Amino acid sequence: MKEVLLIKNGELALKGLNRRTFEDMLIKNMKHRLSSLGKFNFNVQQSTIIAEPEDEETDLDAAVEKVGKIFGIAAFSRAVACEKNFETILRKAAGYLEEDLECASTFKVEAKRSDKKFPLTSPEICNQAGGFLLERFPHLSVDVHNPDIVVNIEIRDTHAYIHGRQIKGAGGMPTGSAGRALLLISGGIDSPVAGYMMAKRGLSLSAVHFASPPYTGEKAEQKVHQLLSKVAAYSGRIGLWVVHFTEIQESIKDFCPEDIFTVIMRRMMMRVAQIIAARENAGALITGESVGQVASQTMPAIACTDKVCEIPVFRPLIGMDKDEVIDISRNKTDTFDLSILPYEDCCTVFTPKHPRTRPTLDYVERAEEAFDWKPMVEKAAETARLVVID
Amino acid sequence: MNFRAFCSIIHRNICTFWNFARDVFYGPAYERSVRVTTAYLDNSATTKPCRQAVDAVVSALENEWGNPSSLHFSGLEASALLEKSRSAVASSLMCGSDEIYFTSGGTESNNLALYGAAAKMRRYGNRIVSTAVEHPSVYETLSALGKEGFEIVRLPVDGYGRVNENDLFDAVNSETILVTMMYVNNEVGTILPVKALRRAVTRAKAPALIHCDAVQAYGKLEVRPKSLGVDLMTVSSHKIHGPKGAGALYVSRDAALMPRVFGGEQEKKLRPGTQAMPAIAGFGAAAGELKDIKTNLERVTNLRDYMLAELERAGDIAVNSPPDALPYVTNISVLGVKSEPMLNYLSSKGICVSSGSACSKGKKSRVLTEMGLSRERAETPLRISFSRFTSKEEIDYLIEMISQGKKEIRNIR
Repeated sequence: MKEVLLIKNGELALKGLNRRTFEDMLIKNMKHRLSSLGKFNFNVQQSTIIAEPEDEETDLDAAVEKVGKIFGIAAFSRAVACEKNFETILRKAAGYLEEDLECASTFKVEAKRSDKKFPLTSPEICNQAGGFLLERFPHLSVDVHNPDIVVNIEIRDTHAYIHGRQIKGAGGMPTGSAGRALLLISGGIDSPVAGYMMAKRGLSLSAVHFASPPYTGEKAEQKVHQLLSKVAAYSGRIGLWVVHFTEIQESIKDFCPEDIFTVIMRRMMMRVAQIIAARENAGALITGESVGQVASQTMPAIACTDKVCEIPVFRPLIGMDKDEVIDISRNKTDTFDLSILPYEDCCTVFTPKHPRTRPTLDYVERAEEAFDWKPMVEKAAETARLVVID
Repeated sequence: MNFRAFCSIIHRNICTFWNFARDVFYGPAYERSVRVTTAYLDNSATTKPCRQAVDAVVSALENEWGNPSSLHFSGLEASALLEKSRSAVASSLMCGSDEIYFTSGGTESNNLALYGAAAKMRRYGNRIVSTAVEHPSVYETLSALGKEGFEIVRLPVDGYGRVNENDLFDAVNSETILVTMMYVNNEVGTILPVKALRRAVTRAKAPALIHCDAVQAYGKLEVRPKSLGVDLMTVSSHKIHGPKGAGALYVSRDAALMPRVFGGEQEKKLRPGTQAMPAIAGFGAAAGELKDIKTNLERVTNLRDYMLAELERAGDIAVNSPPDALPYVTNISVLGVKSEPMLNYLSSKGICVSSGSACSKGKKSRVLTEMGLSRERAETPLRISFSRFTSKEEIDYLIEMISQGKKEIRNIR
C-alpha cells in the first residue's frame, strides 16, 4: 500500500507570477526537513503538492509531525494512492480507513473529481461508496452535517487518492522566502515566540544570546539551546551567537545612573547584534518586546533603544498581552515549560530598583558618554561563539 | 621482587599458554561446546542485565554521580546522562523524550497511571474498565480505587486468556474515565486487543484516558504507544536486560495526571525525588540495545515451537498459552506433577522456571482460575519464559530434565 502526503499550500496560491518560486522554496524546505526520514518525491498538481516516500517503509507518523511544523502549508492529509478503478477505490477506502471507521459512529463520503474522464460523477461516487461502507461497517450511520469522519475520495490525473481527516498545517510563508533576520533571545517566554512568529512569515533565523558569566550559568545557556531547538523545528537550522556580555554590563553598572541601566544595556545589545547581523547577512533584528510590559519596554524606552538601530527591528509581540503570548508558547512552540525554568538570565542581572519609565534620549546619550563602550562592543561581537542548533 | 609477585607472573604465563594451547587443539569455540548444565528460563520475572547496562550503571556510579538537578558542572553531566537515557527509552517507543517519565519500575508506573488518571478525570465520570487477568499492580490498584467509589468493570477472559472485543465495546460507556489493559499477559503470554481500546473509547464518546501495561511486551514486540492509540504506557527496565529499580511511564502530550507523591520539580513534578541515576542509566543503555526485534521474535518463535513439539511428543503435557501467544512467555501444565516439586527439582538441576507470576509466589494463579482451567491444570503450571539470549542448548536441557523429573517425582510419590 502506497501512502502519500497531500499538501495544500494556502496563501501561496494567491501569489501571482512568482508563485512557482514560492512553491519551489516550500518543496526545498520539505525535502530538507524530511531528509532524516528518507527520500521523498514531490510533484505539484493544481494547488496540491504530493509528497511520496520512495521507500514504503518510511515512518509517515514522524513525517506528519514534521510537515505539521513547516511554514507555508495550510493543511495536509495522509492519503493512500490507488489505481483509478472504482472497485479498487472502494476496497482501498475500506481497508485504509478501517481503524478510523471502526472508531467512528457517523460518517460521510466526499468526492472530488478533477479528472473528468472518470466514468462516475462526484455525487455518484459519494452515493455508491457510502452504500458500500455502510454494508461493510454495520455499526456506522450517515450524517452529512456533523460526521465523526469524512471519507475523501479524490480522482486526479494519474491516481485516485483516499484520505480521512485533514490536518491543519502551520500556515504562513515558506521559511527563507522573506530573507534572514537575527533574533535576540534571553531565555524568557517572549523571545522564542517572537522568533516563531517571524519565521512563520518566511524569515530564516539566526540568533544572538547574551551570557554574563559568572552571573549567569551554563544551565541558562543550555536552556536557550533547548528553546531554540523547539523553534528550529519550525524555522529550520538556527545559528546561535553567544556573546560574552559581562564586561559591558559591569561597566554600565559602574559608570551610568542606575535608573536607566536597562535602557543603556539594551542599546549596547542592539549595537552588538547589528555587527553580528551584518556578519550573518541578516536584514533585521527580532525582539520579543511588548509595549509597557516592563520599564525598558515603554514607548519612550523603546524609542531610545531604537535610535541606535540602523536596520529595522521587528517586534511581533508589540501589541500582545502576556496570556496571548503564553498561549502560543504552550500550544505552538511548546516552549513554555522550558521558559519558566528558574535560571538567572542577562536581563535579570543588575536590574535597578526604580527604573525610569520615561527616559529621554538626551539623558541616555549623555550617560553613555561616561565610559568608552565602543571597543567593548566590538570585542563582544568579535569574540561571540557560534553554536548551530538543529 | 617478592615471592608472591613472582608466583603471580608464573601463574599468568601458564594461563596464557594453556589458553593458547586450548585454542590450538579445540578451536576458539572450546567454551561454547561445553554441555550446558544451567538454563535461565524465567525471563518474565527478570532478565540478566546486558553488558552495556552494567557498564552504564558502573559509569553512573563512578563518573556521573552528581545530582541531575544541580546547577554546577557535575550536575550538568548527570543531567546530560539522564536526558540521554530518556531519549533512548523514547526512541525505543517511537515517542517524544518529553513524554517519558522515569519511575522506580512497573508497579510504580502502573500505580501512578491509574491513581493519577482517576484523580484527574474524576469529574468526568466514574467508570473504569479493565480485564480480569491484569498484573497485581493494576488489579490491586483498581480494587483500591473501587473502595474509593469508582465503578470497576473487569472484562472476563476465555480459556486462553483472551478478551472478547464485543464485551469491551459494551463495557465502555460515556461515563468511562479510564480504560486499562495489559499488552501481553505475564503468566500465559496472551496478546490482548489493546488497539481496540481506542476504537471503543472514541465510539462511546467517552472522556477516558487509555492505559496499557506493556511490561511484558516491551522489547519483544514493536511497542508504539502512538500507533496503538494509548495515552499512558508502563514499561520496566529489568525485563529488558536492564537493572532493577527503574521503569518509565509514557504520558502522551495530550494527557495529564495528578502526581501520587509530592516534592521537588523532578520529572516535571509528576514524580518528584532525585532520579535513581545508576538504574536509569542502565535502563537507557538496555533500551538502546533493543534492535532486531523482528528477527529475535522469529528465532524465539522457532525455539518455542521446537520446545512444545518435543514436550508434547513425550506426553502428559497441556499447553495453557494460546497458539498465537507471544512466544517469549509459554505456560504449560505437566499433568500429574504439581508445580512446586517440579520447580524444586528443575532448580536442583540448575534450571530456573516459575509456576506463574513472581509477584504472587505460592498462591494459586488468579489468571489461570479466571481462564477456567481444570483443577489439575491449574495446579500444575510451569511458565517458561525466553529472552533474546536464550539458546537451543538451554531448551534441550530443559526438555531432558522435565522428562527426567516426571519419572523421578512420580517415583517418590
